[in-house]
Amino acid sequence: MVGGGHAGLTAAICAAELGASVCILEGSPRTHRAGNSRHTRNLRPMHEGPTFVLQDTYTEDEYFDDLMRVTDGITNEHLARMTIRESADSVQWLYDHGVRFQPPLGGTLHLGRTNAFFLGGGKAVMNALYREAERLGIEIHYDAEVIDLEFEVDTFKNATVKYEPENKVISAATLVAASGGFESNTDWLKEAWGAVAENFLIRGTPYNMGGMIKLLHKNAAQQIGDPKQCHAVAIDGRAPKFDGGIVTRVDCVSLGIVVNDQAHRFYDEGEDFWPKRYAIWGRLVAAQNNQVGHVIIDQKSKGAFMPPVFPPIVADTIGELAQKIGIDEEQLIETIEDFNQSVVPGNFDHTELDGCHTDGLKIAKTNWARTIDQPPYSAYSLKPGITFTYLGVGVTDKAQVLMEDGAKYKNVFAAGEIMAGNVLGKGYLAGIGMTIGGVFGRKAGKEAAKNALN
Amino acid sequence: MRLTDLQSATQVEAERIMTICNACRYCEGHCAVFPAMEKRLAFGQADVEYLANLCHNCGSCYHHCQYADPHEFQVNVPQTFSDLRQQTYATYAFPRFMGKAFENNGMWATIITVLSFFSLFWFFGGSSFAGAAFYDIIPHSLMANTFGAVGAVALLALVAGIVRYWRALCLPSPLKLHWGHIITGIKQGVTLKYLDGGSGDGCTYPNEAPSHARRIFHQLTFFGFMLCFGATSVGTVYHYGFDWIAPYAFLTVPKILGISGGIGLIIGPIGLLWLKYTADDGPKATANKGMDAAFLILLLMTSITGLVLMLAKGSILLGPILIIHLSFVLALFITLPYGKFVHGFYRLVALIKYAFENEESSNN
Repeated sequence: MVGGGHAGLTAAICAAELGASVCILEGSPRTHRAGNSRHTRNLRPMHEGPTFVLQDTYTEDEYFDDLMRVTDGITNEHLARMTIRESADSVQWLYDHGVRFQPPLGGTLHLGRTNAFFLGGGKAVMNALYREAERLGIEIHYDAEVIDLEFEVDTFKNATVKYEPENKVISAATLVAASGGFESNTDWLKEAWGAVAENFLIRGTPYNMGGMIKLLHKNAAQQIGDPKQCHAVAIDGRAPKFDGGIVTRVDCVSLGIVVNDQAHRFYDEGEDFWPKRYAIWGRLVAAQNNQVGHVIIDQKSKGAFMPPVFPPIVADTIGELAQKIGIDEEQLIETIEDFNQSVVPGNFDHTELDGCHTDGLKIAKTNWARTIDQPPYSAYSLKPGITFTYLGVGVTDKAQVLMEDGAKYKNVFAAGEIMAGNVLGKGYLAGIGMTIGGVFGRKAGKEAAKNALN
Repeated sequence: MRLTDLQSATQVEAERIMTICNACRYCEGHCAVFPAMEKRLAFGQADVEYLANLCHNCGSCYHHCQYADPHEFQVNVPQTFSDLRQQTYATYAFPRFMGKAFENNGMWATIITVLSFFSLFWFFGGSSFAGAAFYDIIPHSLMANTFGAVGAVALLALVAGIVRYWRALCLPSPLKLHWGHIITGIKQGVTLKYLDGGSGDGCTYPNEAPSHARRIFHQLTFFGFMLCFGATSVGTVYHYGFDWIAPYAFLTVPKILGISGGIGLIIGPIGLLWLKYTADDGPKATANKGMDAAFLILLLMTSITGLVLMLAKGSILLGPILIIHLSFVLALFITLPYGKFVHGFYRLVALIKYAFENEESSNN
């Protein structure tokens, strides 16, 4: 198993339970084990009827429709439907392996029906799965980065692991690649995005350098996904370069307006509920000058959203606020005056699509539009925060990795971010990353064990 | 650094950490601290002193934290709150100058124990020392008066401290408070609900795997203590109410309570000390100068010497053993308001506040 995140551990545990002898190569030190999984908080399982952690019903068809909407149809329907169906077992599987759940997290709207929340978050999940792996006698190596793979045509032979003083070659009957995306690799992001990628913040692990993706592609694995596609959120610009995780989000976009460095608005801030829209704002901000956006709210919106980790920049006048955030004073005053004049009075209600909109603006705000006129004013500066990338390898519905010519490798399987692009061509649906990791982790583990034991 | 500087530094750290936690909230299912935190947007002194005492130091939020060391945010809720708790005890101690006893608590407890030991030996170590019955060695009235007086002063100091903390948390007077809140608080405290990890699997103490060990040993300690307290109370009633003078036979209420309590009070503290010794350093307090250990050792020595005393009946060793036992009891009494013992009361007040606050917010 290359990669010690949720997908890799799930695969390892499934394989060990079938009697295979399993070795996990985790590229990070123990303190950073489990890649992006330790930053996660829920997964999205389909379910017929309420379960112990989910309300009502979330059917395959509704789930698939949601997926079609966010991906604009860029998905493999067969794999997507299979993932959705198998996701029904995910909660129970995790529970049986020591993971605990809780009712939906405070401050998350509308997710009690679709998303199962981990008690204690992703690190608690991964601690439980690592304990389970240790209990099953699985060999776990940290700081074990794979730097080469050897194949004989369609058969994996061995992997070279970086090790001091001398690299080690490990041969195995079967390989499972669950080593994540390439979002931590700024050079690679620059190949796809150009120099602007320098300004991207990475919300998760610094260890997803994409080495395994490169090695598999080099060894004739089928490429899946667009290197520019990723889960990208607008986060607080003061966030650390890596591992900022959940706290760096800024949840007040829909309550105010967002302007770029020229103090112009550039997108409808009230298009839909924030949980449905936060994942498009990373790309929106990435397209602006210097990859920066500034969300501005007034006193009316104070305390009406999840408190961000960093304090806002506060000023008593719009001009002073512009100075403090370093954008053109007159232009910002003009933008806000224009916006205020175009707000159509209505009954503001942040818990529903209230239809409070602007009239006559080139870029309208279609919900929750309220004048920005009550000092003090607050601003948060946003930068694109990349959660994970979608470029990876093509797989079958048994998690078997495909080759460029459409044939299958005899003994190579993949799970998690490295193959998520098969299902998720673009866009994002809250909790689907962990869902794909779990479903394909279980597939890959079971198939790999069968393959190895034959 | 002076104590007040340390206090403000810890408060600032608690405020910093709570701001991060409030933006994350992944741990809200573990215990009461996080739901209470979510009701707030800012964390002043009263807020952090409340949250710190609501924290049972179960460790779950540390072991499950994506921002714990080595992350640059360096979030460590249990450690910061442990330090802050200890400072809270010092801040609200009565009389105020006795707050200093918390600064170097292990040493203070040791000094008190040694002093009790020497003073009791000096006082009673005379001719009657070879007596074979308790009250030949120390007359009952003298023992009862001494310990009654010390106990009363300790109780007074304890109550005064708790009242000061109660006021600082802006709780209404107990008479104006709904009984339901007090009962909820007591129930959650006595069952150690918040050592269940939120899932019922137990807390991540002494290490990352959930376990009920701490809860079990703590219950043995707590109920052991209560049974011993009960034995003493029943004994007092027997003595003054019925003129039934100790020692009592094996199958009498004071003996049964005392022996079972004493056994709990041996296993419990040993278990807690052992867990403490093996526990991960990560979430441990930085400034706990032996406060926990001092209290546990005093409890343990009190119960061990108490049981030995019972077995030594009629032997010539009775005298010295009795003095040793009473020395530990005396030291325990004196240190009660200025040691780990107070944690139960501060926690209880915080739990009552939590119940009160929950009802308030559900009414709004």
